[in-house]
Amino acid sequence: MSDRVTVRVFARMREIMGSDTVVVPVPAAATVSDLRRGLELLWPEAQGVLGKSAIAVNNEYAEPEQRIGAGDEVALIPPVSGGSGTS
Amino acid sequence: MIRLTHDPIDHAFLTESVRRPGCGAVVTFLGTVRDLTGDEVTLALEYEAYAPMAERKMTEIEQDTRARWPVGEMAMVHRLGRLEVGEVSVAVAVSTPHRADAFAACRHAIDRLKELVPIWKKDLAPGGHSNWVHPVAMEADEKQ
Repeated sequence: MSDRVTVRVFARMREIMGSDTVVVPVPAAATVSDLRRGLELLWPEAQGVLGKSAIAVNNEYAEPEQRIGAGDEVALIPPVSGGSGTS
Repeated sequence: MIRLTHDPIDHAFLTESVRRPGCGAVVTFLGTVRDLTGDEVTLALEYEAYAPMAERKMTEIEQDTRARWPVGEMAMVHRLGRLEVGEVSVAVAVSTPHRADAFAACRHAIDRLKELVPIWKKDLAPGGHSNWVHPVAMEADEKQ
């Protein structure tokens, strides 16, 4: 049994994925880790940025083991502009 | 006060808005579009936000800053869209009774904003080149 999660995407990920939302197949009762694996399967060419991106659930940074529920707002958060401390 | 805006930031107004009779110190930080990064030329920057989460994170940063320092008032504004060299992209203004706290609180707020708030910039270079700035230094412990 599987499920689907709609993910909002931004910046370089939006350009790579060609849309500001993507739909990712995941196992039933999926966690943030499952979603990350699903994204990596669909966009292996983006693995570098994906690995450094966070996933947010309902506007909060989510832990890998967090469950994604129906109706949750999910977003892929690539590293932010000022994270290097040099800009 | 927390705001995302596509309009130019009135930083003089922002500074005035945090002044309080009990506060003898006001510090305002401005982030502006720089023309060079190393030897790479920037013509303009384009900022994009995940707005609901950005506003939520900025509100949390304000609460956290107020919990740590005796803040009279504070304001954080980030601009979105295309900005030319020299324009103000972000402003943080803080008032406190004494200056050491105002500097520390303002520094804390802008540092946390840059670590935690989902706003990205695309560097527009001469010759039609452009690239999103996605630094790799985002460690797990910075994500809270």
